[in-house]
This record gives sequence, structure tokens and C-alpha cells, in this order.
Amino acid sequence: MMTSRPRWLPHPGWLLLIPAVALLGGILGVPLWQSFWRSIGSGDWTLEHYSALFTDGVTLKVLARTGQAAAVVTIVTLLLGYPYAYLMTRVGPLWRSVLVVMVLMPFWTSALARNFGWLILLYDNGLVQRFLGLFGFDDVVLYGTAQGVTLAMSQVLLPFMVLPLFSALGGIDRKLLLAARSLGSPPLVAFWKVYFPLSRGGVVAGVILTFTLACGFYVTPALIGSPRESLIAQLLGQRTTQLLDFAGAGALGTLVLVVTLVLVWWANRMGGSMATIGVVAGQTGTRR
Amino acid sequence: MTTLLEPSVAAPAPARTSFLTRWRARRSADPTPVWLTIVGTMVALYLVLPTLIVIPMSFSEASTFVFPPRGHSLWLYRNFFTNDRWLDSLRNSFIVASCAAAIATVVGTSAALGLHQLRGRRSARFLQSALMFPILTPSIVIATAVYISFLRWHLVGTLAGYVLAHAALATPFVLATVTSALGTFDPTYLRASASLGASPWRSFLTVTLPLISRGVATGAVLAFVTSFDEVVIALFIRSPRFQTLPVQMYNSVVVEIDPTIAASSSLIVVTVSLIFLVALLGSARRTSRPGSANNRRSVVRRTR
Repeated sequence: MMTSRPRWLPHPGWLLLIPAVALLGGILGVPLWQSFWRSIGSGDWTLEHYSALFTDGVTLKVLARTGQAAAVVTIVTLLLGYPYAYLMTRVGPLWRSVLVVMVLMPFWTSALARNFGWLILLYDNGLVQRFLGLFGFDDVVLYGTAQGVTLAMSQVLLPFMVLPLFSALGGIDRKLLLAARSLGSPPLVAFWKVYFPLSRGGVVAGVILTFTLACGFYVTPALIGSPRESLIAQLLGQRTTQLLDFAGAGALGTLVLVVTLVLVWWANRMGGSMATIGVVAGQTGTRR
Repeated sequence: MTTLLEPSVAAPAPARTSFLTRWRARRSADPTPVWLTIVGTMVALYLVLPTLIVIPMSFSEASTFVFPPRGHSLWLYRNFFTNDRWLDSLRNSFIVASCAAAIATVVGTSAALGLHQLRGRRSARFLQSALMFPILTPSIVIATAVYISFLRWHLVGTLAGYVLAHAALATPFVLATVTSALGTFDPTYLRASASLGASPWRSFLTVTLPLISRGVATGAVLAFVTSFDEVVIALFIRSPRFQTLPVQMYNSVVVEIDPTIAASSSLIVVTVSLIFLVALLGSARRTSRPGSANNRRSVVRRTR
């Protein structure tokens, strides 16, 4: 802009982007492309690996189980995260920062330390089991079961629900709620008819983000769950390292990736608060 | 309904117990329900407890994963710091994370500057979201694809393989933090320094870099932690000769039941929490100190 540059020279901004494009394209983009290329028969243009996903009898079952687990986790995080995010909007600045630190805690700490903590809690005769025993639930087995995995995954994913919710709830004018109450609406009706619709953007963003991330979980189900109830990520890993079915793994990976990106794109359109998510995900993306 | 009426009911009698009236007036205006506080506290415990529980576990005498820990002992720590496999993987993790963070910081900062110069163009906006894709892609998809390609490129189980994969993963984080730091950057400074005869490189070092240093530093810390913590890709590209700390921790649960993981976990939890708390406090103090905020007025005033 300042000095005139020769016409054939590209804008210097493009040169600064070369290292990033080369690194991400070469180390992540090329493998992903190769994996996709293998899944369509390395140039044979076949869809057999994709049709095999739907006919082998295993993949569909695991997909359904993963979707179900992710849905349960999403509901649990929404039910726990909504009141928490609401409380964050109601307390003073000091307590708000305490609550924010608590939410961010799972982000800072290593994924394995956290999963190990859950392993201790869920172990047979562990803390959670004895806590439930106090209420008369004596025979709940959590280690190696889907319930235990759900409990742990919900904790890991709670921040992804709370932060978009908080940014949506923080922008709602509470006077509307008080106005509804002063006009004679019972508290619950006022909440449902006035407050909740205004928070819908944050809810949609949080739900889709949580669901998407839950679908890709690998470490938590592998450590806490049982091999008999594996989720889609474990199936993908198993096809790759044990069965060496690279083409089949490519097809499955492509399917998971496409579903993820469609959901994220959708959340982006519906939510409008993806800026927060970007920052949040920016601190956490890989620690699943 | 009642909550709104209460203050007006209480108001006509101000002469009597002033404390009670004031307390009731403040409370009834728009109270935070008690159940909300209780639920919030429970959720907060749910968020924090599973992480903190590894700390008491690390002082256990027993070699099982059963809570509560039995006795007090430092033998798990002694194990950690004397066993070659734990020490090697710790060292590997440090080397990989340092190299990956260095590469990611340079590459990510450069990309953020490039995108900043090109801002407003449609192709730049597309490229920005394209460079963010590793954050949103499930890590298992990346891990399996990278593993198969690395097999062919002979990068499995090598330092270079780990560093390249982690640097690529961490670059978007640096890009995000530096981009947000550049949001408050005023490009007229660059014109000023150019008009005073500084080369673009010198302008970058003496003008741009100091102003965006916080974003760069945050990005570097995030990149280091991302790599240090990364499990899924590390699990796939490991080899018996070269593996990182998270892989060793994973093995100690899945393959061999090695309670040393408790010591390793609590060391990581405490160290990383301290780093983040110091960073939080530092940034809080710096924003509250006048003159150092990179807003235009303070800099202009100083240069006058």
C-alpha cells in the first residue's frame, strides 16, 4: 500500500499465509484427502466401502448407539448447564469470575488426568457408587457401562454448553421477566413464554456443539466404557490399527467428518454466538 | 407478583427495625432463588471434583485405584521420578510441545498478520475458516487419517512426526489469539514508522510485535498445552521407541495397572492450573494498569 510493488508480485499478505497453508494442508489436509481418496477406491470411483457401512450389521448399530449416547449427554448438559449459566448472569462480578474459572477448569486440566479421576470415582465401590448407595441405589454399576461413560462425558462437555448459553443469557433484559410477572404471569410461565425463547440461539448453538463433540469422543469411552459397547470413534480406530481396513476406515471417517461439518455449519447459522465457541474451542479443540 | 409488591408493603413503616426492612427490600426486589444457588453449587462441584480427586490419590500407599486412598506416602512420586519410562515420556512431551509451540507460534502469527492485511476480501475470509478446520474436526478422524499417511511417510513414532502433527493442530489457536489481538491494532502506526524510514521488518519488530505480544504469548501457551495434552493422535502415531506422557498415562490404565499415573496426573493438574492462574492474574493486572493498554490515546500521549 505504501510503496508501489510490481504488478506480478502478489499482495504480501498472501506470502505470510504460505507457511500456515503448507503446514495445515500438508500434515492434515493431505492425509484427510488421501483417506477420502481411498474410500472411493483410489480412483476406481466405487461406493462399495460406503454401502458396506450400511450393510455390515455392525456400523449401523454402533452409529445408533453413538447417536443415542450423544443425545443423552446433550440433554444432561443442557439440564445442568442452563441453571448454571443463568446463575452466572445473576451473581456479582467476583462470584461470576469464580463460576467462570470453575467452568474453565476441565479445559486446563489434561484429558487423561480428568478421565483418570472419573475412573477412580466410578470404580466398583468407588465414591459415586457409595454416594448412590446412600439413597438406596445399591446395585448401580457405572464402571464399564454406558451410564458411567455418559456421566463422565457430560462433565467434559458441560463447558461447551455453558459458555454459549452464558453469552446468550447475558444479553437478555431481565426487566422483561419482571414485566411479565407484574402482569400476573406465574414465574414458570413467564420463564417459558418470555425468557426461554430469547435464549434459544444459545441453546441451539450449545446443543449442536455438544452433540457434535460427543459423537467424536475416543478416550473417555475407551477408558471407562466397555469394548462391547464401543462408540463410533473406537470403531474407526479399530478398523485402522487392528483390521487394517484403510478404505473402510476412510469411508467411516469421511461420513463422521461430513456429519460434523454439516452440524457445525448449521449451529453457526442458527446460533449466531459462534464467536464465543470459536474462542472456547480455540482453547480446547483437541482435548477430547 | 408478590415479589414486586413486597417493597411497597414494607415501605410505610421505615421507623421500625431498619436492618430487617433494608434486608427484606434488597432481597425481595428480584431475588436469586435458593434452589438456583444449590443447583449451581452442585454443578460447580461436578465440574471440579473429578479433576481434584487425583491429588489425594497420588499420596496413596496402596497400588490400586480405590478411593479413598490408604495411608500417606510419596512412593508414587518416587516411582515417577525414578522410572525411565515415565521420565522418558515426560522429556519427550516437553521436547515435542516446545518445538510444536515454537513452530505454531511463528506460523500462526504470520498467518494472522497476512489475513489482517487481506481483511475484507472474500478469499481471505474463506481461508480463515479453512485454517480453523482442525478445531472442529473430530480428532479421531484426523488421527486415523494422519496415522495411515504417516505410515507411508515413515513419520510414525518419530520426533518429527509428533512435532509436525501437533504444530499443525496448535496453529489455529495461535491464529485465533493473534487475530483478536490485531483487532485493536491501528495500522497508522505502520505508516508512521515507515515514514520515519523503518523497514517493514523493523516496523514489525519494534511496533507491531510489542502491541500484539499478549496475543502471541497467549497463543504460544495454548499451543504448548495443546501439544502437551494431546492424546488421540499421539496414541496412533506412537511407537515403543518414542511416546509422549499422555500415551504412557493411557497405557498405565489400559495395559498395565500402574498407579504412578496418579502422581503424574496431579503433577500436571497442579502445574497447568498454576500456569493458567498466573496468566489470568497477569492479564487482569495488565488491563487494569493505565498506559499499557494498547489503545491509541495512551500511546499517542507517550509519544508526544
